Amino acid sequence: MLLLASLLSGFIFGCGLLISGMVSPIKVLGFLDVFGAWDPSLAVVMAAALIVTRIGVAIVLPRGRPFLAEKCDWPSKTRIDAPLVFGAMLFGVGWGLVGLCPGPALVNLATLSPQVSIFVAAMLTGMALHGLWRRFPAGMRARSAMPIQVDG
Amino acid sequence: MDNFTPLSAAIGGTLIGFAAALLMLTTGRIAGVSGIVDGLIGSAAGRAWRAAFVAGLVLAPVISSLVGFTLPMPQMPASWVLVAGAGLLVGFGSRLGGGCTSGHGVCGIARLSPRSIAATLIFMGTAMMVVAIARHALRD
Repeated sequence: MLLLASLLSGFIFGCGLLISGMVSPIKVLGFLDVFGAWDPSLAVVMAAALIVTRIGVAIVLPRGRPFLAEKCDWPSKTRIDAPLVFGAMLFGVGWGLVGLCPGPALVNLATLSPQVSIFVAAMLTGMALHGLWRRFPAGMRARSAMPIQVDG
Repeated sequence: MDNFTPLSAAIGGTLIGFAAALLMLTTGRIAGVSGIVDGLIGSAAGRAWRAAFVAGLVLAPVISSLVGFTLPMPQMPASWVLVAGAGLLVGFGSRLGGGCTSGHGVCGIARLSPRSIAATLIFMGTAMMVVAIARHALRD
């Protein structure tokens, strides 16, 4: 049941990206291009997604636990720290350069576009590098207090 | 705003929200794509549900092409170096920052997490600056 729910969630998520047009880097860059022919579609996608997700949060929070699992596996961190700020900035640079973020990149694999495959391979490499870097001995790293927890 | 597509954006966004709410309500997990993928390549627990979610994501365009909607080739920069560099930044940055557009931008903001609100404002602002420089400052 748990796997079926995850599969269905991923599938609906992918359909949402397809229908909204957010799989298209041109569409995403059109939103990010505030000084050009601005396309606010991404803002509408986010607003609609936020409203519906918020309903889900409002159902599960007072209940205390999800329907198919023991507990909610939610991030507990609240502090806005340096890794969050720098990470979001690096992510923003990559996102702005080609208009792809992880979800749409994976959906676009189906087009068999070589560029998308390169992007996804590089993205996985970036994630793996972060994993390696985090496991680096503390003494060899300038900043040792890196967060282990992730938000999403 | 000739390119504005509010109806399909609202329908698609509703589906994305429904998917995130569904995962939250059934499994108690956050539908953050970068976190889910990272857990697949790393040593995190719960490989099976992560693989199932990614399979669903990748299956969406395959199934949609069977019912007549074929996903067009995405327009990407010709430079493979640029594409690889952007991919590296997206991968590393999303992990350092603890999430991406889905984990922070949708799920985190819906949970009213201050970290997610900050991250979303930062990555959106940074991306807008990059596009402004690439499309306007460098070309005009």
